[in-house]
Amino acid sequence: MWNSSFYDFLTSQYPNMLSQSGLNHTGDNLANNLGHKESIKNVPFGTTVLAMKYRDGVIIAGDRMATEGYQVAARRVEKVYRCDDYSAIAISGAAGACIEMARLFQIELEHYEKLEGMHLTLDGKANKLSLMLRGNLPLAMQGLIVIPIFAGYDLSKNEGRIYKYDITGGRYEETEYYSTGSGGKDARSTLKKLYSADMPEDKAISLALEALYDAAEEDIGTGGPDMIRGIYPTLKMIRKTGIVDLDEETIETVYKRMIANRQKYHKKEKQ
Amino acid sequence: MPLPYYVSPEQMMQDKAEYAQKGISKGRSIIVLEYQDGILFFADNPSASLNKISEVYDRIAFAGAGKYSEFESLRKAGIRHADLKGYAYSREDVTAKSLANAYSQSLGTIFSQEIKPLEVEILVAEIHDSPDKNEIYRILYDGNISDEKGYTVIGGRSDAIKIYLKERYSPNMPLKDALKLSIEALESAVNMKMAQENMEVAVLDRNKNRRKFRRIKIDELTAIIGS
Repeated sequence: MWNSSFYDFLTSQYPNMLSQSGLNHTGDNLANNLGHKESIKNVPFGTTVLAMKYRDGVIIAGDRMATEGYQVAARRVEKVYRCDDYSAIAISGAAGACIEMARLFQIELEHYEKLEGMHLTLDGKANKLSLMLRGNLPLAMQGLIVIPIFAGYDLSKNEGRIYKYDITGGRYEETEYYSTGSGGKDARSTLKKLYSADMPEDKAISLALEALYDAAEEDIGTGGPDMIRGIYPTLKMIRKTGIVDLDEETIETVYKRMIANRQKYHKKEKQ
Repeated sequence: MPLPYYVSPEQMMQDKAEYAQKGISKGRSIIVLEYQDGILFFADNPSASLNKISEVYDRIAFAGAGKYSEFESLRKAGIRHADLKGYAYSREDVTAKSLANAYSQSLGTIFSQEIKPLEVEILVAEIHDSPDKNEIYRILYDGNISDEKGYTVIGGRSDAIKIYLKERYSPNMPLKDALKLSIEALESAVNMKMAQENMEVAVLDRNKNRRKFRRIKIDELTAIIGS
């Protein structure tokens, strides 16, 4: 039997559906078709995502750009996905495989909930994601990597929690914040200097958005706020009462204020 | 070695049907009823953890009467069918009609080919934004499928309860009235007061986002009926 796992059900009964998406234990069909590393460059990659704990729970956010080598592949990619009422996943890596994994993971959690009549624990969810990443290892070795951050509110411990992963499915819990992707290191630098535990929500939101802005400034693969098209990074808050999207107007306001402050600073510098 | 003696197909089917009906009639009943904001599921169920009503997909719910182990495995198969279809195509492509047909097919096959038929009756309902498009399918132990409107009943005393509802049901009832009617209907069939611990209640609520299924727990139930 397939327990209550949709992923196990697919791998045992419909392996073809998975090898197309690249999420298969043995399926390196896609990798073989893609051939060598040259063609991997022509696959869109998503870049910076972050998660950080704050007073009421945890924030998870990401920029919107996908790149193919040095070209912009898409400007409006969504990298932060709601998994269920109390958790979300943010993904960096090969965009196609990433989005597919987020979708499959979301179905996986809902499937379990429906079959068993209860939610998985947060640790249970994080562990399941490890197993799915391990299934992607053959493709990751060919360059189609998927590196997620998983964040959620742990109702039994009454706190937000953050898990980071490596391509082999290794799972590590972070106690404060984490950021990954091509601009992950830059975002982490900002968080490192300005983060404090127990930040109120508005401060935490500003800091998360600022960290993404700094990543976009330093890393060519990360997209900043696009004022012309009105495309902004996305951010979700996961609290005890559930998950909420931060509305676009608030994000826009935060960025306008931040940019105005930075402009003021640079004008002073010139004088 | 004794020769297997001949049994006519008619006789065999009749025996199987009698066997299945006997099993189902021993069980308790479930009412499904369209109300103002959606579809109400009301089951007489003494267990708090072994459910008879379940979410299947965004707009689809399931109810099973008869033998628990049998409709439970049908319920799980239904959820797999729906999630697989939603994964391969899109969430909007998962419909109660295709699920009900799949149930009808497999129940029909089991009834005609296996020695023991399944002792179950199941319901699959799908809610739509406009109430006249709501779908309720009732599938019997032999795969017989029917399309119901307004209300329907499965399980033990379904005929008596249906007659009771026929005289009193009106479309567009608020949830409170629909709940009260369901309780009265079930009580009328057993001539006994129902304890609230024995009520398993859920709704497909049109006003909810994406996942329309919602269980009504005992304290909410008390609040609604009492108000």
